[in-house]
Amino acid sequence: MSRIAAHASAGLADLSGRLGQAGLLALVGLAFLFITGFAGADVLHNAAHDARHAFAFPCH
Amino acid sequence: MRRALIAALVAAVVGCAVVTAAQQAVVVPLILKAETFEDAAPKAEPQAHSHAPGTPADHHHDADAWSPADGIERIAFTALANLGVSLGFALLLVAGFTLAGREVDGQKGLLWGAAGFACFTLAPTLGLPPELPGSVAAAVGPRQVWWFGTALATGVGLALIVFGRHVALKILGVAAIVIPHVVGAPHPPAGEAGGVPPELAAQFAVLSLAVAALFWGVLGWVSGTVWRKAS
Repeated sequence: MSRIAAHASAGLADLSGRLGQAGLLALVGLAFLFITGFAGADVLHNAAHDARHAFAFPCH
Repeated sequence: MRRALIAALVAAVVGCAVVTAAQQAVVVPLILKAETFEDAAPKAEPQAHSHAPGTPADHHHDADAWSPADGIERIAFTALANLGVSLGFALLLVAGFTLAGREVDGQKGLLWGAAGFACFTLAPTLGLPPELPGSVAAAVGPRQVWWFGTALATGVGLALIVFGRHVALKILGVAAIVIPHVVGAPHPPAGEAGGVPPELAAQFAVLSLAVAALFWGVLGWVSGTVWRKAS
């Protein structure tokens, strides 16, 4: 019984570890996407203009 | 974590190189051509990019704002932006690998890339087709919200279909994918047309989808391969 409990808690710890890592990776990824693809500042828009159009992001 | 970062970095660099070359070969020439029509159109408002008359514009581009000079500078900044986009998408891919907790190799990575293409290219462009400069569209803010909501819903939906153990979860996944299209993307008022020839717009739409498919294939395959090797 205790072995099952230990197994389950190890599984849970594994899942929460994976969730934390994946969340962090996704957050940094979304930050990159936002700055290059979506941020409204003119300078960012102009620099990334052709890339935004080519990736079919809503541009202007 | 280390292998996730290595896989994302390598995939982003390779993906950026491939997509930059493909864009410059077939997509950017169409953007430059569209800009000649945009520039030829009567100037209704003093902007670097004209929002066609009557189009709601919730942000205005300052014509005096810095922009890269045509030629090598413009290509360099497009490549830099591509690197940012590639890093963003590659990090989302390895976040998916991490969360799924299953073994990934080059072949599986290719499937993950196909899913990325479905979420971030195919699903959003069903409602908001790739746009050339000078084409008419609804305000950019609501379009960005719909774009992002559709990508998210499609990702969640695909994950439920692929990883959901119960049939109800798979049905929920299908619903998540369909709902954004039932809601519908923001569109400009009916009857408004931009100054870009429809032939050019159609060519641009198809070619940019093809380049995006190539990009996602490379990104998925490389990230899966490196993920496997770095384990």
